[in-house]
Amino acid sequence: MKGADPAKGEGGSLSRRTVLKLGLVGMIGAAVGAGSTAAIARLGRSMRPRYRFFTDPEADLLIDICEQLIPRDDVPGATDTGAIAYIDLQLCGPLARDRRTYRRGLESFRQTCLRIHRAPFQELAPSAKIGALRLIESGEAPKDLWDDPSAKAFFGAVLSHTMQSFYGSPRHGGNRDYASYRMLGLDYPQVVGQNRYRKA
Amino acid sequence: MALKHVNAVVVGAGAGGGVVAKELTEAGLSVVILERGDWVSFEKFGQDELINQRTTVLGNAYGPDDRSPRVVEAAAGTWEVVMPHEGGYSNNAACVGSGTVSYGAMAWRYMEKDFRMRSTYGAPEGSTLEDWPVSYDDLEPCYEKAEQEVGVSGDMSANPFAAPRRKPYPMPAFPYNREGRILEAAARRLGLHPFPIPMLRNSVPYGGRNECVHNRYCCGFACPNNAKNGTHNTVIPRALASGNCELRTRSIASEVVVDDRGLARGVRYFDADDRAQYQTADLVVLSGGAIETARLLLNSKSGLFPNGAGNRFDWVGRNLQGHAYSGADGLFEEETFDDVGPGATIAISDFNHGNAGIRGGAALCNEFIRPPYGFTGMRPPGAPSWGKEHKDFQRRFYMRSVSIRGPVQEMPVFDARVRVDPAVRDHWGIPVARLSGSRHPHDIEIGRVIAARAEAWLKEAGAVATWPNVPGLGLSGGQHQAGTCRMGSDPKTSVANRFGQVHDIDNLFLSDASLHVTNGGFNPVLTIMALGYWVGGHIGSRWKGGRLT
Repeated sequence: MKGADPAKGEGGSLSRRTVLKLGLVGMIGAAVGAGSTAAIARLGRSMRPRYRFFTDPEADLLIDICEQLIPRDDVPGATDTGAIAYIDLQLCGPLARDRRTYRRGLESFRQTCLRIHRAPFQELAPSAKIGALRLIESGEAPKDLWDDPSAKAFFGAVLSHTMQSFYGSPRHGGNRDYASYRMLGLDYPQVVGQNRYRKA
Repeated sequence: MALKHVNAVVVGAGAGGGVVAKELTEAGLSVVILERGDWVSFEKFGQDELINQRTTVLGNAYGPDDRSPRVVEAAAGTWEVVMPHEGGYSNNAACVGSGTVSYGAMAWRYMEKDFRMRSTYGAPEGSTLEDWPVSYDDLEPCYEKAEQEVGVSGDMSANPFAAPRRKPYPMPAFPYNREGRILEAAARRLGLHPFPIPMLRNSVPYGGRNECVHNRYCCGFACPNNAKNGTHNTVIPRALASGNCELRTRSIASEVVVDDRGLARGVRYFDADDRAQYQTADLVVLSGGAIETARLLLNSKSGLFPNGAGNRFDWVGRNLQGHAYSGADGLFEEETFDDVGPGATIAISDFNHGNAGIRGGAALCNEFIRPPYGFTGMRPPGAPSWGKEHKDFQRRFYMRSVSIRGPVQEMPVFDARVRVDPAVRDHWGIPVARLSGSRHPHDIEIGRVIAARAEAWLKEAGAVATWPNVPGLGLSGGQHQAGTCRMGSDPKTSVANRFGQVHDIDNLFLSDASLHVTNGGFNPVLTIMALGYWVGGHIGSRWKGGRLT
């Protein structure tokens, strides 16, 4: 039957890139019972990273916030290591209680940047980004925009979760490629003599 | 179908319940243990930094789960429903062995004065500080049994403050790790008396179990090597092997049935399939931990005890206490980390008693190895917690930092308490525990003294920056929860007598930290086990001709 294995497809002339894309959507296609390779190929073309909880604009903003908290330098930072994947995944599990904090907090944060800096966060200069976050951290952001959650509560949640993503086990979605353990020079997992990667 | 009548039901397979069940089976009683959790293993969560019993941001590795909420007084008069992995819940693991599966395994005997706090110091205003109705000498043989049967590695010869002992530890002490060596030399220069922390871990093979392989993470985790000794791998298997003991897991006790003659008839519980069951017995022992034991008594209302079993004088649930952990953190230029787990190796007992102007004190120990996520919270006051500075700090100091902490003995407060919530019920429909109250202000004064001692120790050891750590006033409890059903000789001001027998209910006993009158300046587990031997031994000596005499 056609479409059962989209990677094989019709004609056998798919480029490697298309095969990868199809591989990504293959599971989704199977789940909804899509039967046509063409339909899946169309899906693939419009494919963006999909999130369980966040909208794409929310995710874009949060990725940039997390990157300020753990920036890339000579070792990977929050973006490289999957902070967004961790937070998105956990908000649909153990951290479900914090959904409201993110949904409303990200909107409050977006509006705070527009009011104070007259520009979206992602367009700010690096130093201005840090300044915007310090304002939120200190709780001095405009109170009318931060009724619930408070600015401090929002910042606290994002900070904790970003740290969890970076320093927790990769199986929760973050700490991709054991980046934080490499950074600290720690064997992983912690059972003596059972290192799973080559130490830097 | 009615369940077969047994001689004894023990509620809870933790430190106290495991020991008491073994003692009763060896005295010839038939025993059923009801444990709310299940058997657990290392493999399920491994050494996950975010899911264990110490860092629970994504859940408790060994339970309980969200079916067992509690209500906690967040600020005066405002009540919050709290889940077991959330702060303020005061969680103890729900599994066979309970906290003894995943604890740090420090194996402390309390000191003689810890049983005589009131007569040594006098109670501060607003505290129900009292002496225990048993002395250290009474419990000494029980401490010894716990050390021998469960298994402790240690050597107290360098600690002149230790209470006297008849037998040495069954296993040699663990050597110091790098932190321990740095701190030992510094302590000696200060005229202090450092010694290796006694541990319920095997420094050599013992009891058919392996020796410790020094994993980085141990405290908060089950042992992959079966080298950590809890009740789950020592006394409970022994009880089960007797053929006289049945362990029912996933069994949630809801009520001790007390008849109109004032005798316990058995325990109602929900089995693994949530079916209501009733196990009758000649006697009942509660070992649910300070909060759950108090909750179960309060939920056991009867004609004679309309406010809960043993609660005639409103003392059940009172005096909830834990430890006001205090100490200091320090940063070093040299590397202090050697990845020899679990990390806590050295202690001093110089400041448990004899501190001018304060009552009691605490033992001071270097801390267990902190996972990198935990280390993100270890910063000098005012230091940035994010950005480039955060990463730089992690890289520079993760392997160049030492924490010293002490479990400050608390002054019991009558209004720090466990009640049952009038509205919130758990998955099984049982009213949940409702916690309220706060520490005594003197705890904070003691904490400051202890923190200053820790800071001085770190400075002498070469720390380039140090800062103290003292808790605030707030509800205590936590894993070291204790005191809610204190033992005493006066039924008007205590819940159980000196043998853990509930006043006025002759066949109902308690065997856990709820009995503690005070909680010592040490981790409490060996004392809980010792009380298990004490209570179990007492019941055994009174068990003659198939009944309690």
